[in-house]
Amino acid sequence: MNISLRDPNIVMKLSRLGSFHQSKLSFLRSFLKEFKDWDYKKDLFELNEHGYGIAVYSFKKKNRIYSLICFANELDENERSDRVIATKWDAAFTLFDGVPAKQDIERLKNEVPKQEFGRLSFKELTLSRANKSVRVFNHVVECLSNGVQPDRELLDKVGYLYRTTAVYGSGKFGLADRFRIKDRKEIYGPFRLEMMLVYLVRQFTFDQVNHVAKNKNTKKAVKLDPEICRNLGIGNSTGLGMAPFIVNHPTLLNNWISARETSLKKIREIKNVSKEEIELFLDCLKKSIKNVTSWNTESKYQIIKIKSLLSDLNKFITHLDKEFNFKQDFSFNEMYLHLEKNYCEECIEYVVSMMMEPFNDIVTPLIQEMSSEEGKYFNIPTDRTVAELKTILENKYSEILDIDFSKKVNNLNFWFISKNKEEPRLANRFDESGADLEQPLAIARDIKKLYDLLLISKNSWTIAKFLSNNNELRHAVRRAFIIEKFPYSEIQDNTIGHEIIPIDMLRLKLSFFGALKFDPRSDKWLRICMFQGAPLPEQLKNYDEYWVYN
Amino acid sequence: MKSLSEIETVSKRASRAAGYSWGVAEEVAKNIRLLEIFNLPGIKNLNSFFKKKKEFKLENISLINKDNETNKNEYCPIIVGVNCLDQIRTLESLSEITFKKVAFPLLFLPFISRASEVIGKRIFLKMDDREFLLNFNNNIYSNHSKNEIIESAENIYLKVLENRDSFEEKEWNELYKLSEETFVEENESLKQSGAGAGLTDND
Repeated sequence: MNISLRDPNIVMKLSRLGSFHQSKLSFLRSFLKEFKDWDYKKDLFELNEHGYGIAVYSFKKKNRIYSLICFANELDENERSDRVIATKWDAAFTLFDGVPAKQDIERLKNEVPKQEFGRLSFKELTLSRANKSVRVFNHVVECLSNGVQPDRELLDKVGYLYRTTAVYGSGKFGLADRFRIKDRKEIYGPFRLEMMLVYLVRQFTFDQVNHVAKNKNTKKAVKLDPEICRNLGIGNSTGLGMAPFIVNHPTLLNNWISARETSLKKIREIKNVSKEEIELFLDCLKKSIKNVTSWNTESKYQIIKIKSLLSDLNKFITHLDKEFNFKQDFSFNEMYLHLEKNYCEECIEYVVSMMMEPFNDIVTPLIQEMSSEEGKYFNIPTDRTVAELKTILENKYSEILDIDFSKKVNNLNFWFISKNKEEPRLANRFDESGADLEQPLAIARDIKKLYDLLLISKNSWTIAKFLSNNNELRHAVRRAFIIEKFPYSEIQDNTIGHEIIPIDMLRLKLSFFGALKFDPRSDKWLRICMFQGAPLPEQLKNYDEYWVYN
Repeated sequence: MKSLSEIETVSKRASRAAGYSWGVAEEVAKNIRLLEIFNLPGIKNLNSFFKKKKEFKLENISLINKDNETNKNEYCPIIVGVNCLDQIRTLESLSEITFKKVAFPLLFLPFISRASEVIGKRIFLKMDDREFLLNFNNNIYSNHSKNEIIESAENIYLKVLENRDSFEEKEWNELYKLSEETFVEENESLKQSGAGAGLTDND
């Protein structure tokens, strides 16, 4: 049976992308898989009694070494902020390529804590900072120093000791450009070094909390139970900075979605799913419910989504247990068709992620396909014709072309870069000034403009001739030729309309990171947790790859 | 040291701020990155060009001809460059192209370097007395290596070089003969068993 890939007009809608969940393809899971047999080491741990100082952790295999350098600093309570406008943090981190010399650490000590205002070098790969969840951190210190383990309920509710507020890589602030390291096989999957940084930061938070507790009461203090550590991750606050990324990297976006869609297609094409595979799928699905029931948020928007997800999942599981025939041919395809017909988008995409779990043979090779050499597709094929470009737009943006951008509601917002933080923002173009400095992120509107221009151009013209007088839409022309080859490269929605929910864009990206428990704090930023439940570095060598559900 | 990613981002934004469309700004950003990779002063020239751009009027050109001459002001290197890149498949047949008076010609160069990759042919580029051989956008040979701002070129000459061998047939044959010394002479037995395919296609 040949199953078609899902239609981009369905998958690439923002509401659908904003319903994605972590899966076997997620970067933090593929990172753990890749680095599980690397040697982990705590190389340096020079913190004072309050937990301030420097620590270094490393992963090593043969001659390759990656070192996380941590700088923990004293921070006044009123200086602590997760917002991007903050200038000081409880701790700052950089992932160093190799073993840092003393001079490197001295240099970085002055630069890393400054974050965006510091200068890094090609020796550093990623950069981040994090703030304590003060309530949880202090509670843990208090308990451990008194010889008791902390309140698990509180820890489960928050999920982390620290949360990061940004993780930078790929040449930002002088960090190494991607091209310098792209041929290293261990980092073929996207964001692998960012994942490594976050993972090692998580370990630092445990070591730091143990250290502070021990210094507080040397005689009585106990260490944080490794089981409790495992159930803690690293929090992350994410704002709009992430949203334009997926618009600005069309072939990369395509490759992420394409890996997911190809996995689903191949799984649906399996004629006989084995008993073990069915059991593994059901086991993951049922156990995963605890990730939904323990999903805390105050966001009404998310509460409604979680409620409907939970209700649909329970119905779906009942259906599988009582009515569904797993012995029929192409049973996973039948299951998928039932899903599409009867449940909400959040539930459909949740189960799609679960469907991948038993099929390493299908999913693992696709992880290698999730990076992209974007420069290869940059040049516009200017020998093509206006007629061809028009056909591409009609085929690939059919629903976009139906949007009427002369209506205020469809043209309500604009994306811009804030002058003070150089970060992307979204604003109402009719209420705020600055729309003349709009970023090229209104792709739907620009594609429509391009189409209107093509309609009054000669079909036989080459694109070179068309562009010689219409270069203002050059970026849209480039994208159209990219989508011709990469069907999932474009969000098939209006990113400036009145109904835009920017966190849908963030959730898409964060789901590929492997984040759990999305907690929207507004329609423009959210908190998440990463690596919660993941094995600790010392447990990596024999870890259970289904840890997400345990 | 600035990373290439920073160079690209800042060049793109600055080009947009200087009045170019986002699509053209993307092209300029890629080009400045290229110049810096090739150790040519991209940022220096772009910055200087944008500072002076407001002072003088520049001529734009839509369709490139064999000989392009402006009566009044200098040509804009970016608009000329974009159009050269876009029209290179047509221009290729002209073989030689000239421009009179181009401002900041180093900013024009990477468009031609990329054009060389598009058509799969080397391009010889001469800006007054500065010569450049653009090799498929992989590298550039030049008699110019100064880290300087070039504000103007009176004459630009561009020649598309046909792909041909740089050596004599005799030299090739000599080398080929030497390479044959890595081959094994086949006896009857090896002829029968060494090949993967059958000895007859009529079986």
